[in-house]
Amino acid sequence: MLKSTIKAAAIAVAAALIAAAAPASAADKLKVGFVYVGPVGDLGYSYQHDVGRIALQKALNDKVETTFVENVPEGADAERVIAQLAQSGHGLIFTTSFGFMNPTLKVAQRFPKVKFEHATGYKRANNVATYSARFHEGRTVIGAIAGKMTKSGIIGYIASFPIPEVVSGINAFTLSLKKVRPDAQVRVVWVNSWYDPGKEAAAAKALIDQGADVLSQHTDSPAPIQAAEERGIYAFGQSSDMSKFGPKAHLTSIVDIWDGYYINRAQAVLDNKWKSEDTWGGLDSGMVVLSPYNPNLPKDVVAMADQIKNDLIAHKITSFDGPFKNRDGKEVIPAGQHLNDQQILTMNYFVEGVQGDLPK
Amino acid sequence: MSPDVIAAVMMSVVAAATPLLLAALGELVTEKAGVLNLGVEGMMLIGAVAGFAAAMLTGSWIVGIVAAAFAGMAMALIFAVLALTLLANQVATGLALTIIGVGLSALVGRPFIGVPLPRLPQLYVPGLTDLPVVGRLIFGQDLLVYLSFALVVGIWWFLEKSRAGLVLRAVGESHDSAHAIGYPVIGIRYLATLFGGACCGLGGAYLSLAVTPMWAENMVAGRGWIALALVVFATWKPVRTLAGAYLFGGLAFGQLFLQGLGFSIPSQFLSMLPYVATIVVLTLISRDATRIRLNTPACLGKSYHPDH
Repeated sequence: MLKSTIKAAAIAVAAALIAAAAPASAADKLKVGFVYVGPVGDLGYSYQHDVGRIALQKALNDKVETTFVENVPEGADAERVIAQLAQSGHGLIFTTSFGFMNPTLKVAQRFPKVKFEHATGYKRANNVATYSARFHEGRTVIGAIAGKMTKSGIIGYIASFPIPEVVSGINAFTLSLKKVRPDAQVRVVWVNSWYDPGKEAAAAKALIDQGADVLSQHTDSPAPIQAAEERGIYAFGQSSDMSKFGPKAHLTSIVDIWDGYYINRAQAVLDNKWKSEDTWGGLDSGMVVLSPYNPNLPKDVVAMADQIKNDLIAHKITSFDGPFKNRDGKEVIPAGQHLNDQQILTMNYFVEGVQGDLPK
Repeated sequence: MSPDVIAAVMMSVVAAATPLLLAALGELVTEKAGVLNLGVEGMMLIGAVAGFAAAMLTGSWIVGIVAAAFAGMAMALIFAVLALTLLANQVATGLALTIIGVGLSALVGRPFIGVPLPRLPQLYVPGLTDLPVVGRLIFGQDLLVYLSFALVVGIWWFLEKSRAGLVLRAVGESHDSAHAIGYPVIGIRYLATLFGGACCGLGGAYLSLAVTPMWAENMVAGRGWIALALVVFATWKPVRTLAGAYLFGGLAFGQLFLQGLGFSIPSQFLSMLPYVATIVVLTLISRDATRIRLNTPACLGKSYHPDH
């Protein structure tokens, strides 16, 4: 309750600031608003969206004016923030978290002339487009690297929430890992938070104590990298390049790059060419990028990783090529086929080789 | 499990327990003087950011730790002025202090986001630290862990054995009587509140300097509230606070450890255990009126004005 009070106060202040800023803006500029679920200082998910916003401002500086509201809780408050942005003359509004889906659609109905873009959701309307990135493609690459680098065959995986995006990441990672190292297993620990450095560090230590010698994470703080560095094992970062938190441990990070997408979409509005559509970009679109590899990564491992990356970009392979089985031994997809987008977006099972609970 | 694994697990439990212990000990002293400061979370956050900033800018751990203690104390001073001198409601003021702490630490901490810092150094005694299992546990901790143990003993001695401690308890039990005898009630409460703030600052600094040497917004993540619950759970006794902190810390780490081994206990259930345990303890002690009277400071949370 307290948390929501804080957030409500923050929103009230933010809304007041937006309102105050509105009259001063030039009328002919396109106003672009961004709504973030976390602080821009999380150095992870919201931070990367804000990097995209800044790139947009730089690229189209004389034509657009950008604003953002951070720390917006998913729910009724979000609706107020989005409506406030629409009311104060914004022509294009990006709502960047899954939980903003229904609020975005509700506000979009009231403001048919304003264009909305919702990240990671699946509901669209005439003036609501959706966009997301195929984060799991990055996990296919790092899974193979993990297979080469592990000695114990135990990989620790620090996970946030059991939503399809995270589950499909774990599965993509495990499928790729087992191609390189068939006897390896992935141990999943849920921390039920996107960002709690203390808890993420504790989860990392618990996994290391159990023999994990490579860590992967789907949470946003660099704490697991620090823990890996302290114990002398390897780890992969998430959302932004985390190499400085563990120069020896950090192998690479999966980085989300929204710059190009935001610039294109704002340009489309300026050119009157904007349409409501669904964009799901992967390594091929540049939305998902791997940060520079650790210089100590052996040459043959780098070559293998690059090969997988290039095959994904060229669509020669996908993250979910058959045949593979789920954890109960049932075949999910036969040889020669791969999962379609809908099957990936609704994934709610673990593949063979994953150890750990999957909360329903 | 091999002895090495057991030792490693114990080290992780120490890391989880120490911030709770430091903050709870401080709050215990504050509450023993009859002051209920709910701003623990905010004071911990300010301590975390101040400790990190000072250690990073000066390159000195000692400066970082001292800065954290003073920053926590400064927050406690705001509380003391409002609640003790101006007689504002203690519950409301404490909550406000937490809200201020969350915002202020985020604001002050902006330049320090994403900056790495080496861990607070741990003791190394050749020979002793290398002993199997107990070596690192006893001879391989950092300054703040040893300090937290020293505080348990020190506070126990102070409250149970010293005259000054008796006076502090008297102020917490009956401020009118203490005043009538001639003790400066408000002054003593000021000191107890400031001491509590310093300890909370240190608890926060343990997170930003030792557990995860970095600054991140809201990194205390609710541990201040657990520390508050811990004081009640421990029925205002320092040694029980120690046991409680290690129990809560052990639960927090244990649930992650069990998950890795494939046991499926809903983590939400384990997250709420500290609070459930506190309610159970409260209910148990409430059944026995004498025990409450012996434990809960009678004037806890009550404002005091000498003219009344």
